Amino acid sequence: MGLEIGLGHYLTVAAILFTLGVFGIFLNRKNVIIILMSVELILLAVNLNFVAFSAALNDLQGQVFALLILTVAAAEAAIGLAILVIFYRNRGSIAVDDVNMMKG
Amino acid sequence: MGSDVTSFASLAPIFPEMAIAIGAVVLLLVGVVINKERSIGISYAAIVLLLVVAALTMFQGQDGILFNGTFIADGFSRYMKALVLGGSAFALMLALPNAVEQGVHKFEYAVLVLLATLGMMMMVSANDLMTLYVGLELQSLALYVVAAIKRDDSRATEAGLKYFVLGALSSGMLLYGASMVYGFTGTTNLPAILAQITAEGRSIGLIFGLVFLLAGVAFKISAVPFHMWTPDVYEGAPTPVTALFATAPKVAAMALMVRLVSNTFAPIAHDWQQILIFLSIASMVLAAFAAIGQKSIKRLIAYSSIGHVGFALVGLSAANQGGVEGVAIYMAIYVTMTIGMFACLLSLRTENGEIENIEDFAGVAQTRPYVAAIMAVVMFSLIGMPPLAGFFAKWHVFLAAIDAQLYLLAVIGVLASAVSAFYYLRIVKLMYFDEPRQTFAAVPNELGIIMGISGFLLVTYYFTVGGALAGVAHMAAGSLF
Repeated sequence: MGLEIGLGHYLTVAAILFTLGVFGIFLNRKNVIIILMSVELILLAVNLNFVAFSAALNDLQGQVFALLILTVAAAEAAIGLAILVIFYRNRGSIAVDDVNMMKG
Repeated sequence: MGSDVTSFASLAPIFPEMAIAIGAVVLLLVGVVINKERSIGISYAAIVLLLVVAALTMFQGQDGILFNGTFIADGFSRYMKALVLGGSAFALMLALPNAVEQGVHKFEYAVLVLLATLGMMMMVSANDLMTLYVGLELQSLALYVVAAIKRDDSRATEAGLKYFVLGALSSGMLLYGASMVYGFTGTTNLPAILAQITAEGRSIGLIFGLVFLLAGVAFKISAVPFHMWTPDVYEGAPTPVTALFATAPKVAAMALMVRLVSNTFAPIAHDWQQILIFLSIASMVLAAFAAIGQKSIKRLIAYSSIGHVGFALVGLSAANQGGVEGVAIYMAIYVTMTIGMFACLLSLRTENGEIENIEDFAGVAQTRPYVAAIMAVVMFSLIGMPPLAGFFAKWHVFLAAIDAQLYLLAVIGVLASAVSAFYYLRIVKLMYFDEPRQTFAAVPNELGIIMGISGFLLVTYYFTVGGALAGVAHMAAGSLF
C-alpha cells in the first residue's frame, strides 16, 4: 500500500509555497524582479488551493476561480514589469535597497 | 442553470457599471484620435459622466441580483457607489488646474480613473468572491498605473512600484483567504456562505480564511498594521492622484469590508470583532502619534487618513446596524473633508511649484485669507469639533460602539482624537499666527469653488444635509441586516 495523496497534502504544499512567496517579498534585499516572482508564487499557491478544494468538493466553481486568477496574474505581471521599466529609466537600478527615496 | 438576463431591461441594476465601462472605452478611442492639446477635454467628459451616473445611481438606481447571484445592487451598494463616483469626479476636478506640471494632463489619466472607478463599483456590488476579486483587481491594476502616471519623475515611479508590490501582496493574502473560505464552505457565493455558516457554525479553516480575507482588505483601507505603503505612496504620487487615493478607493474597500463582516460573516461576529477592534485601536493610536513628527504635508495627510480609517472601524466593530450607519456617514463626511483639504493644498502654489512642507503654511491667512479659512474649517472638522460635520461623523460611530458596550474602544478613540488635534491645530497656528515667508499664486477658479462647496457642507452640515444623509445611510445600512 502506497501513500494516498489527499487534500491535506495539497493544502500543505500550497501553504508552504504561500509562505515562501511572502518571505520572498520581505526577506529579499537584492532585486525587485525576485519580488515579482514571489508574487507569482503566492498566486500559484492560491490556485493550487482552489483546484485541490474544487476536486475534493466535486464542485467546478473553484476551477473557474483559478482560471480568473491566472488571467489576472498575467495582467498584474505585465503592469508590474512596466512600472519596473520606468523605475529603471529614472534611477538606473532595480536593487531593492535603492527603492528608498521616501522614508519616515 | 438558466440565465437571469432575459431582456435589456432586466440589466437595469448594472446600468451604472455599463455606463462607466462604455464611457471609458469611448473616451479612450476619442483620446487616441484627438489633438494632444485638447486631451484635457477627456477629463471634463469623464467628470460629467461620473457625476451624472452618481446622481442616477442614487435617485433612479434599481435594486436586484444578476448573473447567477454574483452581482447585487441594493440600498447599501447604491449609497457607496454614489460616494465612490462623487469622490472620483471631484478628484478628477482637482487635477484640472496645473495638470501639465502634475503629469495628469494625458487623456489616459481620466480613462484609467474611470476604469478604477468601475472596479470600485464592482467591489461595492460584489455578491460572490469571484466578482469581489475581479473588481478589486480592476481597481488596483488601474491605480498602480495612475500612481506612476508621472513617469519621468523618480518619486512617482517609486510610489508606483511600492504600491504595486504591497498591493499584489495584499491581493495574494485576500485570495488565500478566499480559497480557504471556499474550501470550508463549498461555495464562493456570499449569501450561500452566510447560509452555510448559519447552518454549520464555524470551523478552524473558515476562521483562518476570514483572517486572511480581512488582512487583504485591511491593506486596501490602509489600517495599521497593514499601512506601511500609505505614507510613501501618498508622498510620492502627484498630489491630485493622492487626492484620488485618499477618497474613492478607501470608500470602496471599506464598503467591501462592511458587506463581508456585517452580512456574510455576521454569524461569527465574535471572531471578526476582535480583529476589527485591534485594527481600529492600532490605526487610531499609531496615526495620532506618528503624524506629530512629520514634516511633509502629504505624509501628514497619509497618517491622518490612517487615523480616520481607524475611527470608521470603531463603528464597524460594534457589529450592529447603527455601526454600519455610522460607517456610511463617516465615509461621506471623510470624503468631503479630504476633497476640501486637497483643494486648499493644491491652490497654494509658490514660484517653485506646489508646497510640500507643513512649514510652508506659515502666514497663509495674511496672503490668502479664503484658503486659510477653509483649511481651518477642514482642520477643525477633522479634529471633530462641533458643530462641524467631522463631529457628527465621530459621534455616530462612537455612539454605536457604546451601544455595543465597547466602552474601552470608545474611550481610546476619543483620546486618540484629542492627540490628533495637536497636529491639525499646528497647521491652523502656522496659518494664522506666523509671518508669511512666501507669496502664493492666485487661486484657480475650479479649486475655489470646490473649497467653497466643501467648506459650506462641513459648516452647515447639521442644518442642511445632515438629516437627509442620516436618513439615506439608515436605509443603506438596513439593506444589509
